[in-house]
Amino acid sequence: MEKRDLVIRFGGETGGGLQSVGQLVTKAAAAVGFRVLTFYSPPAEIKGGQAVFEVRLSSNALYARGGAVDILWTFDEEGYDAGIRDLRPGGLLIYDPADMEAPRSGNYRVVAVPVTEIAKTRLRFERGRNVVAFGMAAALFGLPKEPLADLLKRQFKRHAELLPQNIAALEAGIDWIEEHIPDRRQYALEPPPPIPGVMVLNGNQALSLGALAAGCRFLAGYPITPASDIMEFMAANLPQLGGNVVQAEDEIASMGMVLGASYAGKKAMTSTSGPGFSLMIEMLGLSAMAELPCVIVDAQRAGPSTGMPTRHEQGDLNLAVYGGHGEVPKLVFAPTSVLDCFHTAIDSFNFAEKYQIPVILLQDTVLAVRTESVERPSLDDVQPVDRVLVDVLSAHTNGSVNGHADALDHGHAPADETTQEGAARFARYASTPSGVSPTSIPGMAGAEYVATGLEHNEQGALRYDPATHARMTEKRHRKLAAAAAEAPEPLRFGDEDAEVGVITWGSSAGAVIEAIQLIHEQGGKAEMLAPKMLWPVPDHQLGEFIRRKKRVLVAEVNYSQQYANILRARYGTQLESVTSYGGVPFRVQQLIDAIAGKVAVHA
Amino acid sequence: MPETSSAPTLERVPTVDDYKSSAKPTWCPGCGDFGVLNAVYNSLKVKGYNTEDIVVVSGIGCSSRFPFFVSAYGFHGVHGRAIPISTGVKLANPDLKVLVVGGDGDAFAIGGGHFIHGMRRNVDVTYVIMDNEIYGLTKGQTSPTSNVGFITKSTPKGSVDQPLNPLALALISGATFVARGYSAKPKDLAELIVRGIEHPGMALIDVYSPCPTFNEINTFKFFRDVIKNVPEDHDPSDRAAAIELAMLDNPLYCGLFYQTTESESFDRRMQRLQTKDADPRQVLDRLFEQFS
Repeated sequence: MEKRDLVIRFGGETGGGLQSVGQLVTKAAAAVGFRVLTFYSPPAEIKGGQAVFEVRLSSNALYARGGAVDILWTFDEEGYDAGIRDLRPGGLLIYDPADMEAPRSGNYRVVAVPVTEIAKTRLRFERGRNVVAFGMAAALFGLPKEPLADLLKRQFKRHAELLPQNIAALEAGIDWIEEHIPDRRQYALEPPPPIPGVMVLNGNQALSLGALAAGCRFLAGYPITPASDIMEFMAANLPQLGGNVVQAEDEIASMGMVLGASYAGKKAMTSTSGPGFSLMIEMLGLSAMAELPCVIVDAQRAGPSTGMPTRHEQGDLNLAVYGGHGEVPKLVFAPTSVLDCFHTAIDSFNFAEKYQIPVILLQDTVLAVRTESVERPSLDDVQPVDRVLVDVLSAHTNGSVNGHADALDHGHAPADETTQEGAARFARYASTPSGVSPTSIPGMAGAEYVATGLEHNEQGALRYDPATHARMTEKRHRKLAAAAAEAPEPLRFGDEDAEVGVITWGSSAGAVIEAIQLIHEQGGKAEMLAPKMLWPVPDHQLGEFIRRKKRVLVAEVNYSQQYANILRARYGTQLESVTSYGGVPFRVQQLIDAIAGKVAVHA
Repeated sequence: MPETSSAPTLERVPTVDDYKSSAKPTWCPGCGDFGVLNAVYNSLKVKGYNTEDIVVVSGIGCSSRFPFFVSAYGFHGVHGRAIPISTGVKLANPDLKVLVVGGDGDAFAIGGGHFIHGMRRNVDVTYVIMDNEIYGLTKGQTSPTSNVGFITKSTPKGSVDQPLNPLALALISGATFVARGYSAKPKDLAELIVRGIEHPGMALIDVYSPCPTFNEINTFKFFRDVIKNVPEDHDPSDRAAAIELAMLDNPLYCGLFYQTTESESFDRRMQRLQTKDADPRQVLDRLFEQFS
């Protein structure tokens, strides 16, 4: 079979430059036209500890981290030890003799590249090591020199004086490979025509751009891996749009600021990871009760507690769906790819504003740090949704301002509202079929109201009687059905006629797609469904899919089968589960085996 | 921000009644908070703000019911988080007049972390704390400002913790306006609140507001004997002197302890970072270019 993709892994101690070499290779390959997808797994420490940066490139669309590694570039002994078993038979092992002893020989080709010697002795430019290495890697893949030099020109735009020696380093790297590995056919792929207007970015960057496009103008957050770069990106860019970013004293304060800004009319968000999301849960309930829209990005990492801050896990679904004391209506979304982070961020804001409800966007570690080459999304297609504001003038004149008509429709005649704590001057929480009530924002005269976490009636007056609590609970939950009916299209892949279906979510969709591709190549069939809206369950997507399959597996990276159990509660215990919970994403082979029924799956 | 439609605002000199909501306060007869509420009504009348431009933010507790009694926008949040919520409101719309209210438990126990950061952050809001040195809504437990030995339901042998000193804490945390009021002197208090509102930054006014139901020690009678006005020769720009006054147990001074306008408010600083009237499309296109 023709080789379709190449995987190069840089492995070694963090701080040694492997990430910058990897990023340069990624950008260069994308500029030439390759579809590129990276996998990055840093240690939790700043210095020391093993990191992996993998670049996968192909002529075809990529959905997940690749399988076996074609080229392993080790920066030290530990990088060799950790990576050698993933190198495919006949693969290429690269090391710099200045960094480590010659590795053991095996069923692979070993090439010692004198990166340090070239940089230090020949070029007298020791800091140019990364660029020498970049030139070598690029030459191995047969990338033309021109785009590589262009890339460096852009990189050193603000330090033009550094450019000549870096270009020299690049050329020295290329020359060395051309001289010492003349036959590089097995590492070279023919690049496809470039994606027009290709962008190279990671999931958190795409998510941030989506938030900005959706109209987000306020972010409060607290540093936490792997979500910090969302706050950092927004801090650099939101003020240009007239917005604010606050680094708060903790995640509780972040959430309070978000709700305050939302109350005052801004589209507001916070970005965090599991430990921070745990702290926000009380005010998640306030958001739902006071019906104040907000978007909470939870870039999930392996838990519980501090867990493994840089490792992958889809373990926060239960917290997102069930988090909060009492009954907290909320929406939960998960993106499936880097580009989908952009779209899901927009959906999250649009649904939050339309339904005046908290939205949790379940980002995950893999997507947060994964770089992909994507087609530039069109801003013309972005249609931001704003919350519906009460028309004060007509509300006052037509008598519906106090919402009596609506209340009566539901069999309830409010008592004398004028003496009730909190009675607004309009029916802030007017009953509607969708559960959404037109609202107001401070500054609007004649529409003052008090947002509160206490139970209240349609007028916002505090009420604790059984009828009001039941009626208002129903009103708040009606929004879920309305939102589910409008759920964004799920990601589908595979053969509609297949008897086996795989339901998955988040970044796991990529591995499932690659598994199904391989199954199809081997003559088998399977179909994937990856809903973007995880909660509430959009029955028109899930029920329909489950009913037309003989076997359905639910694939997710957690131990407790969180999504599978949500779906079993609704669709029955026949749903099988396939999980992975080592802190790493699914390996494609595990999914192939599960789909083939070769591994035990338990309900 | 979405388009807003507004009903016309009254064009006349406001009266105290303009700021009273139709709801009757739920406080016990004799509660100190009534005096604070009246002082707030009066200070709002003095400022003459439109009710739609005022936001009263609170946490949870007896005094935190306050927003319901003011004819204005209000945010009755969760326990201890009034400062972050008010920060979000003010940053979202710096034209709003934001008043933060709550009790000593809300401010210093569950909200203690936010208190120190609120003081140093210096958002332009006015924070009126109704300090009764007891938990009232939960019916009588010790508070961070309760004295050692104070017998409550949760400290049957007397409170063991050292009390916290709100004014000194605010001062060392970087507060730019620190004052103490007394609810039995609502006229003085109203004046202090007006000065607080006019202060271009976070104005902290800690108000002794006795709880007649659960605190039999710190009563109006108790305060009558120990409360004195801040000495006339006190220089409110002298932070060290302000801390010294704040450390005294007897007398308990009321009035303005400290004020500086040297440090610009957080919301003003944030506004200066912003590009006004930027074309979002152009900014987004430029950002997209960064990744192309």
